[in-house]
Amino acid sequence: MEPIVHDFVSILASLDSPGIYLGWGSFQIQLGNLIVILVMILFFVLALFLPFPSGRKRK
Amino acid sequence: MTLRENPPRESVPAHGTHGTTGTTGTTGTTGTHGTTGSTPEEADYHTWTGKARGWLLKRLPADKLLPEDQPSYVASWIYVFGMGAIVSLVFILASGAILGLNGPAWYHVSDLGHFVNSVHLWSVELFFMTTVVHLWGKYWMAAWRGGRTLTWITGMAAFLVSIVTAFTGYLLQTNFDSQWIAFEGKDALNAAGIGAWFNVANLGQIFMFHIILLPLAVGAVVALHVVLVRMHGVVPPLEADESDAQLQSGARHDSDAQHASGEAGR
Repeated sequence: MEPIVHDFVSILASLDSPGIYLGWGSFQIQLGNLIVILVMILFFVLALFLPFPSGRKRK
Repeated sequence: MTLRENPPRESVPAHGTHGTTGTTGTTGTTGTHGTTGSTPEEADYHTWTGKARGWLLKRLPADKLLPEDQPSYVASWIYVFGMGAIVSLVFILASGAILGLNGPAWYHVSDLGHFVNSVHLWSVELFFMTTVVHLWGKYWMAAWRGGRTLTWITGMAAFLVSIVTAFTGYLLQTNFDSQWIAFEGKDALNAAGIGAWFNVANLGQIFMFHIILLPLAVGAVVALHVVLVRMHGVVPPLEADESDAQLQSGARHDSDAQHASGEAGR
């Protein structure tokens, strides 16, 4: 198996593991949850600032 | 009993910001029946079905239910996420129906079963992500303005019922994860006093909750939410208040009330 493919497969396989936990003091969060929260914030910010494609005639 | 014709469509008053172009009735029977009511609707509709139809058409005419156009402020990405959540919900229901009809013995073992199971899971992930961004957008534009309180409340109810539905879904994985979640969750539910009725360790009960009761609840609340959005129109951004007929009408009522109370106080 190519190394890059192997890396990709191992990342996917790690999704089945108990999970990676990040902690700062008493605060702890699972990496997957943190990614989802960051992606939602990114979507929100992009939704506010990205121009919407102009469709056919609008009022 | 006498047979009566349906009232002409003009008798249903046009309502809201869209306005109707009006249809020219061909029956031409206005005024020939039902003269006891105090308003045109009451006069024209004399049975409960007719009255119900008049009530519904007054609040949700066809041009509001399926509008030709949307206000210009809807051309923004922030207005896309509600529809994103609905599309995700359609995928969830479709994949869930396939999973439910084939059963765990299928989706735990076959490749196609694994695939459909994954579609179900990732549709749920997308549903919650789009729902949360939709919620943030509506919260920061105070989407309950202009008589839209019930729209906001049904949106929150849809979110909360969805969380319960997703929880029962996690219990149905029938693996160590679901066993762990069930035996952690039972303590919270027992503490809340509903553990005996809603037993998360009872797989059969949770399966029925997940595939019958909760999808119906989510579907009904989401449908009501969407109908309310159509009835009241999409909420405008804060800086576009003046373009919203409902807000303007509310402001007129407020100023009239203030004016009246000022007059009374003199």
